[in-house]
Amino acid sequence: MTLNDEIQALTKAFTGLGVDEISFVTMGRKWKPEERQSFRKANPDFFPEDERHFERCDLEKYIKRLEQEFMRFKEVIVLWTLHPWERDARMAKEAIENGPEAYAVLVEIACSRSSEELLGARKAYHSLFDQSIEEDASLNIEGPERKLLVALVSAYRYEGSSMVKEDEAKYDANAIKNADKNKLLEDDEIVRILATRSKRHIHEVYKQYKLNNNKTLDEDLAAAPILQETVQCLCSPEKYYAKVLNESLKDGADEKIRKALNRVIVTRADADMKNIIDEFQTKYRVALSEKIKNTARGSYKDFLLNLVARGN
Amino acid sequence: MATLITPPHFSAVEDAEALRNAFKGWGTDEKAIVGILGHRNAVQRKQIREAYDQLFQEDLVKRLESDLSGHFERAVYRWILDPADRDAVLANVALRKSEYDFKVLIELSCVLSPEEFLAVKRAYQFRYKHSLEEDVASHNQGDLRKLLVALVGVYRYNGEEINAKLANSEADILHEAIKKKDFNSDEVIRILSTRSKAQLNATFNRYREEHKLSITKDLLGESAVSEFQKALHATVRCINDPHKYYAKLLRDGIKKIGTDEDTLTRVIETRAEKDLKHIKEVYYKKNSVSLDDAVSKEISGDYKALLLALIGKQD
Repeated sequence: MTLNDEIQALTKAFTGLGVDEISFVTMGRKWKPEERQSFRKANPDFFPEDERHFERCDLEKYIKRLEQEFMRFKEVIVLWTLHPWERDARMAKEAIENGPEAYAVLVEIACSRSSEELLGARKAYHSLFDQSIEEDASLNIEGPERKLLVALVSAYRYEGSSMVKEDEAKYDANAIKNADKNKLLEDDEIVRILATRSKRHIHEVYKQYKLNNNKTLDEDLAAAPILQETVQCLCSPEKYYAKVLNESLKDGADEKIRKALNRVIVTRADADMKNIIDEFQTKYRVALSEKIKNTARGSYKDFLLNLVARGN
Repeated sequence: MATLITPPHFSAVEDAEALRNAFKGWGTDEKAIVGILGHRNAVQRKQIREAYDQLFQEDLVKRLESDLSGHFERAVYRWILDPADRDAVLANVALRKSEYDFKVLIELSCVLSPEEFLAVKRAYQFRYKHSLEEDVASHNQGDLRKLLVALVGVYRYNGEEINAKLANSEADILHEAIKKKDFNSDEVIRILSTRSKAQLNATFNRYREEHKLSITKDLLGESAVSEFQKALHATVRCINDPHKYYAKLLRDGIKKIGTDEDTLTRVIETRAEKDLKHIKEVYYKKNSVSLDDAVSKEISGDYKALLLALIGKQD
């Protein structure tokens, strides 16, 4: 490898997700002072030249970047080793505190976990925060999503295998169709259906809706993105998660969106990762693992790939 | 304290055989049935059912259903079920009644412990293949739905910690809402349906300290009371003073005998192994007649015999 290649490799080593530790280790072994200077000159972002032509370090930026990228590995390990109930409870708490941009996480937890898993998360919430998730959510979520979100986290859906009643599903599909388009989020019937019905029933509602209208349920709920997300998580979580993963792996994605990568891969590794992988491949014509290899670095990358491989 | 009296010696097999004998021949020996089942706790009743099944390859519950009738049959059927299963049946019965009785749902959410309520919800799903939440949601509308679905969906924190500042502020919120007759406000429903019982009781105490009138009296006010107000009142009562709540229900149930024995059966059967003794004490204080005497006087037949056994009347 030429020096230039090495410099590029080292720059790359911490400008993706995670840190390619081995490249740094190599630098420690090989590079002489002039070579380190070339590295600094090649990264004016972190080492801006001042008026005395001195490549001082923008310490704050550099350290912040390194910290952020080293932290990803730590974060994914912590997430992975937590009890799933505690993990969900902590993520829910954070989502409630972070406000509307994080409410999709609440939807994910409430809708893609099994009834017993969600119940476990609610128990863990008691243990961790000395209150129920209902108390916290209903007090701290303001705005039109409150009704829906409190109802979703309180759900204890039937999961048995009894036959779904087509006429009940038709009735529910109609109720959604007739909801006031300007007040979808607060429509009592929509909240009732999405927050209390069993998942199999909701799949049937989705089917009946499509049969009787020319659009699908989630298309028609586009005016309220959180309702769309709810329907997607309940009916086709692999599609929802594939989309979230794709967003998180894009160049220039902001940190909040990047966080989804850890969250989704850890929480779905032992659930429906296989379906997500298939969906990702179909939709984006590239393997999820390929995308991760290109975007993530070092041990962080290896860990993510291991988790993803569990789905194969 | 429970009122159920069980004998010192218990044999599920003996009981199963005795019950079998009660079914044999012409008619049924209801007295024997009461004599046995009226003096067995939940664990024992379950063992008797299993023994009966093993000995006679028949479901005791089905046999009772077919051989008995009327109030008595319903009461025996409900009594012999597991407590969580019984509550699930009572909830479903209440939802399907033409004279809808939402109090049952409120009792489940507010009197039972969170874990007991969870067991009821599981039993409900097993029996009816729907979740309790979905059925409550689809059988109700408007404000009542908002309140009941929230009450039925909650999994309350069951710790004893109280936040005094919160009790103050939420007592004020409740007071404001009641003063403005804004009973169905989101805040009222939020507080009553999500806070832990310990926290709510602290809030109710604070309410009375600050405003000189208890929240229950304030809720009923002077003018005509809506169904929703009654539901709120029942909610507060169940959390704050379930014995008083149940004593009143018993009084009303006895007065309406012939038209509504469901309430009477429900209260006695769901509390006989828990706190019916305390409830009886409150009943006596309020009505100057013992529950035993009231039941003896107003009710008749085998149904009466079962109730008397459950409320601990010694012969």
